[in-house]
Amino acid sequence: MDNTKRRRYNLPLRVVNYNNSISMNEQEKPDKTRRNLIVATSAVGAAAGLGAAVPFVASMWPSERARAAGAPVEVDISRMAPGELAVVEWRGKPVWVIRRTQEMLASLKAVEARLSDPASKASEQPKYAENEYRSAKPEFMVMEGVCTHLGCSPQLKGLEAKAEMGADWAGGFYCPCHGSKFDLAGRVFRGAPAPVNLKVPPYEFVTDGTLVIGEDKEKKGA
Amino acid sequence: MGAQLRALWGWFDARMPSVAEQWKIHAANYYAPKNFNFWYFFGALSMLVLGIQIVSGIFLTMNYKPDASLAFGSVEYIMRDVPGGWLLRYIHSTGASAFFVVVYLHMFRGLLYGSYKQPRELVWIFGVLIYLTLMGEAFFGYLLPWGQMSYWGAQVIVNLFGTVPLIGPDLALWIRGDYVVSDATLNRFFALHVIAFPLVLLGLVVAHILALHDVGSNNPDGIEIKKTKGADGHPLDGIPFHPYYTVKDLMGAVLFLAIFCFIMFFVPEVGGYFLEYNNFIPADPLKTPPHIAPVWYFTPYYSILRAVPPLFHSQFPGVLAMGVATMILFFLPWLDRSPVKSIRYRGSLYKSALALFVVVFLVLGYLGTEPTTVWGQFGFDAFFLDTKDVATWVARVCTVLYFAFFFLMPWYTARDKVLPVPERVTS
Repeated sequence: MDNTKRRRYNLPLRVVNYNNSISMNEQEKPDKTRRNLIVATSAVGAAAGLGAAVPFVASMWPSERARAAGAPVEVDISRMAPGELAVVEWRGKPVWVIRRTQEMLASLKAVEARLSDPASKASEQPKYAENEYRSAKPEFMVMEGVCTHLGCSPQLKGLEAKAEMGADWAGGFYCPCHGSKFDLAGRVFRGAPAPVNLKVPPYEFVTDGTLVIGEDKEKKGA
Repeated sequence: MGAQLRALWGWFDARMPSVAEQWKIHAANYYAPKNFNFWYFFGALSMLVLGIQIVSGIFLTMNYKPDASLAFGSVEYIMRDVPGGWLLRYIHSTGASAFFVVVYLHMFRGLLYGSYKQPRELVWIFGVLIYLTLMGEAFFGYLLPWGQMSYWGAQVIVNLFGTVPLIGPDLALWIRGDYVVSDATLNRFFALHVIAFPLVLLGLVVAHILALHDVGSNNPDGIEIKKTKGADGHPLDGIPFHPYYTVKDLMGAVLFLAIFCFIMFFVPEVGGYFLEYNNFIPADPLKTPPHIAPVWYFTPYYSILRAVPPLFHSQFPGVLAMGVATMILFFLPWLDRSPVKSIRYRGSLYKSALALFVVVFLVLGYLGTEPTTVWGQFGFDAFFLDTKDVATWVARVCTVLYFAFFFLMPWYTARDKVLPVPERVTS
C-alpha cells in the first residue's frame, strides 16, 4: 500500500497514465454502437437533469399571493398642510405625497443647473408628470420614495439642513445609503451615485381631496 | 480495557482500512515545511471557526423563526428567555466577524509568500471560491434577525443584481421572490443560509485541502521542499503534520479562543462593528435608517461601489467595479510574473505595491463604515468636481490604486529585482 501511495503522491504534477501496462492495440476496439448509445443516453440524461431544475428555479418567482398584493391605494390629501410630506405604502414601497409651497416650486427652477437630468428625459414618469414640476398638479408631488441607485428610502432635508447639505441647498431629499441628493421634484443632483430621477408612479385625483396611487385614466382605459 | 479497545480498533480497521489510510495521508504522513511561522495559523483557525459556526448555528435554528412577523421577536426571545441563548447568539455573531478576520489574514499570507503561484493555482482558486461563498453565507445570515440593517442591507445588495443590463430587474425579482424584500425573501435566505451554502462551503473546504495536500504546502521561503528529499523519500525540510503542526495549531487555537471569548463576553457588539446598533430596531420597509453601512468585512467593496459615479444614466459601472474587485482574485496566479514566491526574495517594487495595497484596502474599509461626508467638503469648485465630498475623492483614488495593484502586477513583478532563493529553508 505504502508503495503505490508514494508513487502517486510524489508525482502530483505529471499526468499518471494508469493504463501504461496495456497498449491501445491490446485492448478490445470500442464497440461503435455501444459507444453511440452511451453518448445518446448521457445526452438525454443531461437534458432530463436540466429539465428537472426548472420547477426548482420556477418556485423562486413571486407567488400568486405576492402578485395579487399590488392593488392601488387611496390617500386623503384634503388635510395636508403646505410643505407637509405624507408617506403611503403601495406595493410594499414608500410613496411620497408632498404638498409644495410657492417657495418650494420656485426652488425647482433655481437648482436646475446642478441636476443631471433636469428635464427627466432618462427618467420614469407617467405622461401627465412630464413637465417642469413633474406632477399632474404643481402643488402635489407624488413619487416613489425609493432611491434609483440601490433602493434605499431617501429622507426629506429642509432648508434647516443647510449646514450639513451645503450652503446652496434649497431643500430636497438625501439618501443615507450612498449619499444621492434629489430636489423637491425627485430630480437627482449631479455627482450622486443615483443615475436617474426618482420614479413617479401612476396616480389620479379622484376628487379634490382624494388621490389614488397605482391607477390612472390611461391604465383604466387600457 | 486497553487490549479490548485495541481489538475493537483492529476489527474496525480490518473492515475499513481507508480511515487509517486517510489519517496517514493527511496528518501523520503529510510532510509540511518545518519553517511555518505565525501567518500559518489562520488556515486551521478558519476551519475551527467554521466548526463553531455550524454548531452554534444548529442550536440557534432550534428557537429562531424564519417569518417576517416573528423573526425579530424570536431573536429577542433567544437573547432573553432561552437558557444560554444570548451566548449562542454571541458565539455566532462573533464567529461571523472572526471568520472574516482569519480568512483575510489567511489570504494576506498567500500574498506575502506567493502561495497562489504555480503549482498551487487550484488551491488558490478553491480558496477564492470559499471566500465568495462565505460572503454569500454572511449576507444571507445578516437578513435573518430582520432588523433595520438586515432589511436595508438586503435591499441594497439584491438591487445590485437589479442593475445588470437587460436581465437585472427580473433577476432581482427572482432573488427576492417578491416586489420588495419580504417574508418570501427571508424564508429563502434562511434556507440558503442554514443548508445550501454551508454544504457548498464544506465541499469547497475539502477540495481546498485535497488540492493543497496533493501539491504540498508552500512556506515563508517559497521553496518547494519536495525537491530535496532524504533517503526515506521524505522532504528533508518537512516534518509530519501530526504531531508537530497539530500541536502548534492547538496553541494557536487556544490564543485565538482567548481573544474570541473576551470579545464574546465583554464587547460582543465591538462598538457597532460586529453587531450594528440600527439592527436592534425591527425592519421598517418605509424608513431607511439615517446612516447605513454594511458590516465591516464588506466595507472595502462597498466603498468601491460608492466611489464609481454613474455612467450613461446607469449605476451598473459601480456594481461592475465591485464585482471585478473580487473576481480579479481568481487571476492572481497568472498576473504575478515574478520568478520567486516569497516576499523575502522579492524586490522593492512588489514590497511597496503590497504595502500600498494593504493601506488602500484599510482606507477603503474605513470609509465604507462612514458616510461620504465624513471628511467634509472641498472649499473650492471646479468643472471636474461632480461632488465636493473629500471622502468620495479619497475612495476614488484608493479604488484606482486597488485595481492598479492587480492590473499592473504583470508589469511590476516582471521588472522587480529579485534576490537569489536558497536551496533549503532558512531558520
